[in-house]
Amino acid sequence: MARRGKPKLAVWKFASCDGCQLTLLDCEDELLALAGELEIANFPEASRAVVKGPYDLSLVEGSVTTPHDAERIHQVRRASKFLVTIGACATSGGIQALRNFRDVKEFISIVYATPSYIETLRTSTPIADHVPVDFELRGCPINKQQLVEVISAFLNGRKPNTPRHSVCLECKQREQVCVMVARGIPCLGPVTQAGCGALCPGYNRGCYGCYGPMETPNTRSLSGWWGRLGVKEQELVRAFRSFNAAAEPFRRESELHER
Amino acid sequence: MKTMNNAVIETRPQFVLERSDFNRLIEILHEKGYQVLGPRLRDGAIVYDELESGGDLPAGWTDEQDGGTYRLKKRNDEAIFGYAVGPHSWKKFLHPPQVRLWKARRKDLKIEVAQEEQPVSKKAFIGVRSCELHAIAIQDRVFLQGPYQDPFYKLRRQNAFIVAVNCGQAGGTCFCVSMRTGPKVTDGFDLSLTEVLEDVRHYFVVESGTELGAEVLAALPHNAANEKEKTSAEEVVKNTAAHMGRAMDITDIKGLLYRNYEHPRWENVAARCLTCGNCTMVCPTCFCMTVEDTTDLEGEHAERWQKWDSCFTTDFSYIHGGSVRSTAKARYRQWMTHKLATWIDQFGISGCVGCGRCITWCPVGIDLTEETAAIRGSEAPGRKEDPHGNGNT
Ligand code: SF4
Ligand code: SF4
Ligand code: SF4
Repeated sequence: MARRGKPKLAVWKFASCDGCQLTLLDCEDELLALAGELEIANFPEASRAVVKGPYDLSLVEGSVTTPHDAERIHQVRRASKFLVTIGACATSGGIQALRNFRDVKEFISIVYATPSYIETLRTSTPIADHVPVDFELRGCPINKQQLVEVISAFLNGRKPNTPRHSVCLECKQREQVCVMVARGIPCLGPVTQAGCGALCPGYNRGCYGCYGPMETPNTRSLSGWWGRLGVKEQELVRAFRSFNAAAEPFRRESELHER
Repeated sequence: MKTMNNAVIETRPQFVLERSDFNRLIEILHEKGYQVLGPRLRDGAIVYDELESGGDLPAGWTDEQDGGTYRLKKRNDEAIFGYAVGPHSWKKFLHPPQVRLWKARRKDLKIEVAQEEQPVSKKAFIGVRSCELHAIAIQDRVFLQGPYQDPFYKLRRQNAFIVAVNCGQAGGTCFCVSMRTGPKVTDGFDLSLTEVLEDVRHYFVVESGTELGAEVLAALPHNAANEKEKTSAEEVVKNTAAHMGRAMDITDIKGLLYRNYEHPRWENVAARCLTCGNCTMVCPTCFCMTVEDTTDLEGEHAERWQKWDSCFTTDFSYIHGGSVRSTAKARYRQWMTHKLATWIDQFGISGCVGCGRCITWCPVGIDLTEETAAIRGSEAPGRKEDPHGNGNT
């Protein structure tokens, strides 16, 4: 369909590993179509040419960890009509939110030769803590098909099909055998949002919770069952404290098991 | 539907098929153009998948099941149907998890819709249990006997050849005896088998339920069963019936659940329930689905997909403004009450066949037989006399 002018796409990076925005370049089959439908106006990973804003669609990767970034996200919001955060960093604070549980000043003094050069915030926070976000795409990293789905939904003015239910539904629909029931392997699938296609259980591993808490996570009950499978309190802390450590339901659960 | 009349069943002639000739059955079905599906080992469980030959069958394996656990175990014999039911059910073939319904393409200013062609493939199911036959009959009611028929389901159903098996061993979470759905196969099969293992002999007592079944049997080496063989087969089923892993008192079950909509037990189960939806995925009668529309990036193609859905998601009961069943309590109560009570109003039969899958495959071992027993055992006094059976207002 002929659209009036191509919508302008911008990709922004905050504290992150770049994995999620590279997912966009990894869309081999869809890349040409993407470039055909969108004007890639600002995407430093792909091209140095930068077209001025405002942008119709902004994909934001990474969390806010510095005073500078806490300012910059407001500029990004002002320049964006539709802002989508992508990945665990942008949607929950990412693995770097482990700092939220400790004293970051102490880290700095141990790691850096000249700590005074380092300007950083006490916490790593998701983008939605700073500015209004139109849509959050979860995952560490995000799933390629889900990214295409979100962009395609944006282009066609519809709601994306990115369900918020458990990983278990995907696991069963792929006809996988439950690793927790059949092998006693602890799995976070029941409290984790779908989106990865239940990848890990397909390789006989428990889910690591990369997509963050599902819509109504009952972490208490699952922790209780893990205890019966022989999982220690300290291991429960670590399980809930990974890529989505600062997501509220996971944060609360990990703190319950911390001594 | 065929009759469930016992008198008819008694008169079916019985034959004997030796174990050494059993693999021929799979070959014959292949020769007749069937894709043969049946039990085989995969990822620590006995699943239903394609069988290339009799060698794929789980000979000598069994399962141990309880709430939230399933373990494969070696048997002391070479039984090929010596397990109960596993994580899969025949639902995945008759009502697959994902089906594309149609594709559409934009042409100038018009939209052209292309109906999906459903390839007719003949499928033979090996080892269908009595509870599973009842589950298929329930889905038949849902998809074929209401005001609207699902033509794709109908096609798949018509092209299925069913080899049923009388259970030789009850699973730890089975309760078909309570639900009156087993373990003896009564109807709805092309061939039925009872596996008999004696010290030196391993054979099957076979009945055919259809002309097609008789035709397949005729192509197999077989003899008429003698009295001793018939009795041995009967003993197998009797023994299974006597060893159910679970039981459920279904006396006035509809009234019980309708009266106890506000029972405190629902809060108790909600504290344990993960709302993960596993129970609905593994249940052989759960039929709920959603439709998802997708478009491509260019907006030139669109597709509509039908997918399994679950009453445990918030989307399931979403109406303008929010989800009607926002709590785990509301969702578990909806699921169990539908299975055991409202289903009876809706379809004239129970929605549960007592296969035990929802108990075994619930990641935290929630057990509907335990939940109903808890509600029955602690019903508020006065409730029981409710004459209308729908006491809550
Ligand atoms: S393996 Fe994990 S994700 Fe899959 S059904 Fe079991 S608990 Fe759920
Ligand atoms: S409700 Fe549970 S026991 Fe009953 S048919 Fe479904 S899975 Fe089997
Ligand atoms: S009853 Fe068990 S399987 Fe069903 S939704 Fe609750 S936790 Fe999941």
